[in-house]
Amino acid sequence: MRTRPRLRVLSALSATALALTGCAPSDAPAPAESGSAATPLGEITVFAAASLNETFTRLGEEFEAANPGSKVTFNFGGSSGLAQQLGQGAPADLFASAAPANMKQVTDTGLVTDTPTTFVRNRLQIAVPKGNPGRITGLADFGEDDLKIALCAEQVPCGAASKKVFEAAAVTPKADTLEQDVKAVLTKVRLGEVDAALVYRTDVQAAGAEVEGITFAEADEAVNDYPIAVLAKAPNAAGGRAFQEYVLSESGKKVLSAAGFDAP
Amino acid sequence: MTRRPPLVLLLPAAVGVAFLLVPLLGMLLRTPWDRLGELLSAPLVGQALRLSLLCASLATLVCLLLGVPLAWLLARTRVPGRGVLRALVTVPMVLPPVVGGVALLYVLGRRGLVGQYLDAWFGVSLPFTTAGVVVAEAFVAMPFLVVSVEGALRGADPRYEEAAATLGASRWTVFRRVTLPSVLPGVVAGAVLCWARALGEFGATITFAGNFPGRTATMPLSVYLALETDPDAAIVLSVLLLVVSVALLAALRERWITA
Repeated sequence: MRTRPRLRVLSALSATALALTGCAPSDAPAPAESGSAATPLGEITVFAAASLNETFTRLGEEFEAANPGSKVTFNFGGSSGLAQQLGQGAPADLFASAAPANMKQVTDTGLVTDTPTTFVRNRLQIAVPKGNPGRITGLADFGEDDLKIALCAEQVPCGAASKKVFEAAAVTPKADTLEQDVKAVLTKVRLGEVDAALVYRTDVQAAGAEVEGITFAEADEAVNDYPIAVLAKAPNAAGGRAFQEYVLSESGKKVLSAAGFDAP
Repeated sequence: MTRRPPLVLLLPAAVGVAFLLVPLLGMLLRTPWDRLGELLSAPLVGQALRLSLLCASLATLVCLLLGVPLAWLLARTRVPGRGVLRALVTVPMVLPPVVGGVALLYVLGRRGLVGQYLDAWFGVSLPFTTAGVVVAEAFVAMPFLVVSVEGALRGADPRYEEAAATLGASRWTVFRRVTLPSVLPGVVAGAVLCWARALGEFGATITFAGNFPGRTATMPLSVYLALETDPDAAIVLSVLLLVVSVALLAALRERWITA
């Protein structure tokens, strides 16, 4: 008996939520695959690079709204970790990697039979805390001993890209910490613990007002391609393919470029 | 004479043992023994192991200096709100270590509550330093010491302390000559636990102290990064860490902790 009022609140809430999500697609241009809504797409499992967290979450919500009966579940993480999970048999329909090398790891073992499509590119940017307390102007400042510098470790894609740009600029960075992923680097900038760091442009954008970005010419030397592909043993290949199409569609491109990604 | 244990207990116990040990055995099975020498002789491995042992030992020292008095306070005095205090000091034990690292960063970081003054007045900044690793490890490991020592103090008979006091010993002398020796096995057991926890510390360390070879890159951090590129190396590093901890725990257990 006591649960009844709560149930009523719940159902009222879910009705509002339904109404809200129902409204959402009217803002977005009508997606091409809405015709497939006749056959509900069901559960779609997407393994995606951590740097796609914000954009893919948004795309997932839009996709679900456009395709009633579909449910997109994400597993965000470092691309290499995701590739390993896939290699160990993790069930997934779609894989979006932040680096071609990690996609190759998956294609080499026959887990992907289609040719992966590059859907976005990302480039590095110098990130400094608000107000730029270290007065960073370019890559040369990363060689200064008395500045606090955070970089990605070379083992992860952003670290490999950082290495390339430093080589191109002929600068030996004096890093104070080599972090395990780009978001960890960003955190150190956000908290003002470091004076400068190298992260992706999309990360600077996602951090909002706390972090300022400084572009530099050598960023062209290490443009990172993001490939996407449907997995060969996908439990829901049709769903995976539909979400991939949505990512590649005009509305998908709009969300991704608004987040700071370059078109391929 | 030992009785045969009832099957209802034996079965889940056996499953429990398997659950805890099979993953470790599985790792040993996957160990690339042929690459062992090559992977272990990499300079970064020695560096990381030395740093790990040094930081865990220093953290244990810090915990002993601060934790034993704290345990004594909790066990022997009647400070108001002792129950709450006891619960609070054990929080780091159950807190996700990453959360501990974030908390440390917000307090002791360059822009932190306390850290900004450390930086402005003394030019001391703990993140990205070996001292930062020690702080992170001590934060996570200290409750283990406090809990063990407090338990030992509660088990010790206070009448010896009372007798010593009646015979004219000062309170500090009583603590040093009577209390401490009587709970020494508990202190050592706590220190060993504390050291082992510090050695395996990952989340708080990487969040607060960062990762730089030779300065803050301890073994667990190296394992995590090695997993990104060379899983074989990660396994070898893990096995090394496992062997070191098991050997030390076993050696000390024989001597100090009687079953």
